Amino acid sequence: MSAVQLVPINWYILLSAVLFTIGVLGVLFRRNAIIIFMCIEIMLNAVNLLLVAFSSYLSDGAGQVFVFFIMAVAAAEVAVGLAILIMIYRNNHSTDINVLNKLKW
Amino acid sequence: MILYLFYFLSFLVIMSALMVVFSKNPVHSVLYLVMAFFGIAGHYVLLNAQFLAAVHIIVYAGAIMVLFLFVIMLLNLNKETEPHKGNWLKLAATIASGLLLIILVGALKGADKIVSVNAFNGEVGLVKNLGKILFNDFLLPFEVSSILFLAAMVGAVMLGKKEIK
Repeated sequence: MSAVQLVPINWYILLSAVLFTIGVLGVLFRRNAIIIFMCIEIMLNAVNLLLVAFSSYLSDGAGQVFVFFIMAVAAAEVAVGLAILIMIYRNNHSTDINVLNKLKW
Repeated sequence: MILYLFYFLSFLVIMSALMVVFSKNPVHSVLYLVMAFFGIAGHYVLLNAQFLAAVHIIVYAGAIMVLFLFVIMLLNLNKETEPHKGNWLKLAATIASGLLLIILVGALKGADKIVSVNAFNGEVGLVKNLGKILFNDFLLPFEVSSILFLAAMVGAVMLGKKEIK
């Protein structure tokens, strides 16, 4: 037995929607760029969870391979993003996103 | 039993995700995010995706979160004196994300009507099946992702250098 037979797919959809919303809330709510990065990771994981749920419910392995690729892209994204963040800190001595308003009209 | 496990893991994931957003100290945020990732890995196990659960723990809890912690320690940000947004902006952010939740739930409402064309197979998430799919149907994207990693590595090294002459 597994969750596939017992839990309706709607609950996984709801869980993923709530997780994604928490990620969006964090991006809008905080000013620290590192926390914003973490909230982007939460959003990516919400999508991953929904892909795995549908893949298991439909017994189709392609969705899980998609998740595998998303994890690879997320790892690359975090490496480059944190390098950019360190460079921003080196120039501004802060990771506050309100300091980064040079391109703001 | 599995139903209660689902409730527990969902509660754990949502609560720790909320604590990532609302905790004052960035190091606490990272630790709560690790907890959320372990909850998501538990969900993967519940969904018969054992291989992805293992990869998720290795990649996220093992590599990405260590990188986050490393950067926070390196930049010495583990203090609670960071500035916050104003109350009106916080209220606007909460309302906006609440509206987004309503839209998402409404847009995905009919998704349970789909009918599976495959017979139920509980072993689809094992290494054997996923490897067959990955190296037959997705061979080209798999090779292209290595170029992506190379580009990411070169980019991170270039950005991290002190002076680019």
